[in-house]
Amino acid sequence: MTSHLLAIRFGTGLSPDHPVPDEPDALMDDLVGPDVAEAAFPVSDWAQRVVDLRAFVDARRAQRRATEQEADAAKEAVRAQQAVLVRNYGGDLAAALARASIAPTGFRERLVWFWADHFAVSDGQSYLRRSVGAYHDAAIRPHLAGSFGTLLREAVTHPAMLSYLDQERSVGPNSPRGREGAGLNENLAREILELHTLGVDGPYTQTDVRELAELLTGLSISRDGAPRFRRNFVEPGPETVLGKAYGGARPNRHDIGILLDDLSVHPATARHVSQKLAVHFVADEPPEDLVSVMVAAWRQSGGNLTEVYRVLVTHPTALSPELRKVRRPLDLVAAAARATGQGPALPTAGRRVLRRYVAQPLAAMGQEWLRPPGPHGWPEEAAAWVTPQGLAARLDWAQDVGQAVDTDPRDFLEVALGPLASARTRFAVEAAEDRAAGIALVLAAPEFQRR
Amino acid sequence: MGSITRRRALSLLGCSAAAFPLATPMSFASTPSDNRLVVIILRGGLDGLDALRPYGDAGLARLRPEFETGPSAEAPDLTGFHALHPSLAALLPLWQRGQLGFVQAVSTPYRGKRSHFDGQDILEAGTAGDVPNLARRDGWLNRLLPLLPGAHGRTAFAVGRDEMLILRGAADHAAWAPEARLDMAPATRDLLMHVYADDPLFRESAETAFSLAASTGEVNAERTEALFAFAAAQLRDDARIAALSLGGWDSHRNQPREVTRRLRLLAEGIERLRADLGPAWDRTLVMTITEFGRTAYQNGTMGTDHGTGGTTILAGGALSRAKVWGDWPGLSEAALLERRDVMPTRDVRAYAAWALHGLFGTDRAALERRVFPGLEMGLDPGLIA
Repeated sequence: MTSHLLAIRFGTGLSPDHPVPDEPDALMDDLVGPDVAEAAFPVSDWAQRVVDLRAFVDARRAQRRATEQEADAAKEAVRAQQAVLVRNYGGDLAAALARASIAPTGFRERLVWFWADHFAVSDGQSYLRRSVGAYHDAAIRPHLAGSFGTLLREAVTHPAMLSYLDQERSVGPNSPRGREGAGLNENLAREILELHTLGVDGPYTQTDVRELAELLTGLSISRDGAPRFRRNFVEPGPETVLGKAYGGARPNRHDIGILLDDLSVHPATARHVSQKLAVHFVADEPPEDLVSVMVAAWRQSGGNLTEVYRVLVTHPTALSPELRKVRRPLDLVAAAARATGQGPALPTAGRRVLRRYVAQPLAAMGQEWLRPPGPHGWPEEAAAWVTPQGLAARLDWAQDVGQAVDTDPRDFLEVALGPLASARTRFAVEAAEDRAAGIALVLAAPEFQRR
Repeated sequence: MGSITRRRALSLLGCSAAAFPLATPMSFASTPSDNRLVVIILRGGLDGLDALRPYGDAGLARLRPEFETGPSAEAPDLTGFHALHPSLAALLPLWQRGQLGFVQAVSTPYRGKRSHFDGQDILEAGTAGDVPNLARRDGWLNRLLPLLPGAHGRTAFAVGRDEMLILRGAADHAAWAPEARLDMAPATRDLLMHVYADDPLFRESAETAFSLAASTGEVNAERTEALFAFAAAQLRDDARIAALSLGGWDSHRNQPREVTRRLRLLAEGIERLRADLGPAWDRTLVMTITEFGRTAYQNGTMGTDHGTGGTTILAGGALSRAKVWGDWPGLSEAALLERRDVMPTRDVRAYAAWALHGLFGTDRAALERRVFPGLEMGLDPGLIA
């Protein structure tokens, strides 16, 4: 039973191919071991995404300038480039589910989703057009088992984040560029303090936000989408954040790294982020003793995330049999992809299959792929997801998957739920009027919807 | 549904069911007002000059030589200055009864970049020109709810799958997408409710979902019409505000064909509301809003591009009279904003605020401070009968 709880609470669920983790250490071994899931299902990197974006923008420009004779060819070129972007977006989604299906435990995938949400960037225009999946693979995935300081720096200085929170255009008022009239944008500075590190109740003031915004000036993006430090944007320092002065008269991006390292080990950060991890993995209102030992591990290790996770997955309250969390839609659909064995086929299954069984249901359930509502990410609490409308979408999806999966529901129940299945669910699946209804009932059961 | 009555199940609706414990008997008489408001967000930027054609301004035909602009057999003359788009001609009887109106040359305070996303965010946030911060934004209809005495979790409904920022926020409200199928065989549904029996969150949400799905089960309508039919069903009951969105107005190309189709859907939707609301139609105001108008001139691909001043459509028995509200700025080159867009002559939020004041009696100071922060409402245009 404990093994099954570990598999659903910290991993991507039960699988016909992978044994459940026999102890919490199996999760940790998976995390520090080779990333077999990414190796098996790679996606194109950020630099390639920017190449694709530029090709799309160029094609559109060419279309606007096209003569009447060129019009058809220009239109076709735009369509072809648009198809590349759509494939990137769908490819990221298919890869996410395929990875979740073949990963030994799926703990790494769950952490990728957690941190991608903590450092949320939403799909959008310009650099963020169908490219956010590559940001996750570059800035989040390789850094989630090391120090939080490294993860923080990689995420908040990635061009995707700089674009999303308007940092690329933020200019120090006394910088060479600022004296020509450009100005400061506080967006990234505020979210670093409020969302990424200290938390909204943390010990910072509007002055800290302002000073941090001045310190961050210069972080920008080059024409080809790479990070670029624009010295003529930099507000001459020093800037005082939380009582400590950073930077001097000369622009130096290293000063920003020092500030981020300091924030990463701040006690308020340790508490805010530990609490958030416990809320995400264990309960909307997590036990205080769990959070406090995580905070202690954070502070003792200088923000070493592996140490924090180890405390989290081994703490007795984290293994309570009560399923207090509701799976978010992505987590739910991934668990189904893993349990049905269909996940690895998704990257080659074609757009229609992906839309019908994954992309559209995710949107209907309220979690459109890569489109969180803001930098604060998706809601955590069960009541935000299990609304009449959200549950209706979950039930519609369960029925569609039931129609598509060719398995005996009694066998599927053992694979997908095993000892977690309630007597009520066992009865209902036995009594289902046909195979599809039986599968749908397994997927709709609270033991599958929750974790 | 077992022993749960529909009414009791309905009372559970809303983002936080906990706000409506089962033990509290719902008083269906306790509603803020008998008046109803339907807000329709036309996403993409409605071309107001096409929906309501100010043919009396010679500039219109000059700027749009290939578009139909004048009154004709299909495009009825309303005022001697304005003609109705043929797709809206189905609404002519409403005009004749004093139940159709327009506001011309209005916009939000948004200026400059003409981005759909920023424009819609500002339209729904109801704030002044700055794009609201993503993390903290809420919508003006949500901020209205605490000002309505007796408002509850079903007073306002977001209808459809599109995210409705206009209703996002701290105040409890309801949401439902009529496109949810929930076509579960009765036996399977019974088994599902058996499985959910010990899980109150899933059980109560499922009961409400099945009940709502059943309430629109007879609606044999296309997707768009189903939105209106569902909104009408809720407003007949104890909902007083419904918000929904219609997309597809970004008519850069082939506008005559594209806009014709969209306006027909809108007219059919309004007709459906009227038919389904029955007597409640007399106490209803329908208001369309859009993120911006479009260029006054036609572009090179038989379309129009993103502009500024636009047109709001009003309908319903709560409307005071058939009228085109708003000062007309003219279409001469000097009168256009940046030589391209209809110059807005008033903030669309002022009309929305006066509508709320007229329908629900909401205090003017609260409207200017809370619902539309910083808005100066100005003179009452007298929209509400």
